Amino acid sequence: MNKTEGKNLRVVFYEGPGSAPLASEDRFRAISSLLQNGFEVSRPAADGSVAPADGAPLLMVGLFDGGRSPAFDGAGEVHVRDLHGLAPEAVLGAAREVREKSGARKLEAWKPWFPVIDYDRCTNCMQCLTFCLFEVYGVDRNDKITVQTQSNCKTDCPACSRVCPEVAILFPKYKKGPINGDVVKADDVKREAMKIDISALLGGDLYASLRDRQQAARQRFSTERDESRALLERKRCLKELGKELDIPDEVLMSLPSVGDIQERAERARSKLASRQARSQTVKDTKPAPTDREWGI
Amino acid sequence: MNAPTPPRILYCNCSYAQVVPKEVKEEVLRKLCESGVAFDAVADLCDMSARKDPALAKLVDSGAVRIAACYPRAVRWLFHAAGTPLPKNGVEVLNMREESAAAVVGALFAAPGKQAAS
Repeated sequence: MNKTEGKNLRVVFYEGPGSAPLASEDRFRAISSLLQNGFEVSRPAADGSVAPADGAPLLMVGLFDGGRSPAFDGAGEVHVRDLHGLAPEAVLGAAREVREKSGARKLEAWKPWFPVIDYDRCTNCMQCLTFCLFEVYGVDRNDKITVQTQSNCKTDCPACSRVCPEVAILFPKYKKGPINGDVVKADDVKREAMKIDISALLGGDLYASLRDRQQAARQRFSTERDESRALLERKRCLKELGKELDIPDEVLMSLPSVGDIQERAERARSKLASRQARSQTVKDTKPAPTDREWGI
Repeated sequence: MNAPTPPRILYCNCSYAQVVPKEVKEEVLRKLCESGVAFDAVADLCDMSARKDPALAKLVDSGAVRIAACYPRAVRWLFHAAGTPLPKNGVEVLNMREESAAAVVGALFAAPGKQAAS
């Protein structure tokens, strides 16, 4: 099972009839440690409601009268733990035990890092599709740009959001606005547009520029036989790109080769062209084609 | 006349990254725990969105909900990305990255139909 599959165990703090309320500090300590460890928590109360059961395993905890819990029916897999005589931290231990038994999802050390598209701003220009070197983006059956393979996204790399002319790509865990979801101001659009001016940065289209640089490097190598100079130039160029687009060093280090980049760019372009062509012929005559039919 | 139903409360702990100030999220959670109100709390909405967790739909299915998390634009599109668009009405997102704990708590506990002054 990978990090995007499975259900979380939900821990319900029951303090209704047949139980005594927890001390608020104990409640806080228990809930806080559960959340830090990836569990979901619900605290029902008389005058409000919480999310209904959704098939995920539940652990009901509480100070049950006589140590016996009320009957909890119709909620699927329910485990019960009486908290009499237990420290708040023991709730975490009980939750881990139940998680193990029930096969609920375990906490994994990862940062949920992936692009989120603001479709109110997106103009479907496909710049992100052609720019991303890791094939995170695709198009859906309605010709709309979509985040297709989010697991390909490189943690802490916000480069695609920097090349988006509409500031429509968010990374909610990013440190600064508007990429983190903060309100987009007119100045932001201008500033991002300046930063994403790949033409100014690399002298034209990114891929064409990389191709030119590769040719120039080859030429230099053949005439000067100076491999280290060519490597230095590549390093300098990558450093400049990383600084401008806030790309982490690890991502720059894992960039595909220039040949691969050209191949991927070509693939992205033909994917786009074939989608546009098919969209013209198929529109209004047949049901929407599947992703496989689109060749995505 | 019946009193209006209080909105549900959903709290996000942003456990997988430290982008929400620790003192703000802790204080908000502490106040929720001290109060007698019902609430749901999740470890990290981004993580749930990435997994397209069907629990997201249940968390907001009542219509009126107050979400203590981060930027409203981010929260809105995270739900959308998970295939669970937030309802157009009745959803109030409180930003623990920018607001003080007191402001967030005030808005969470405001009477139904009222929003805290921002």
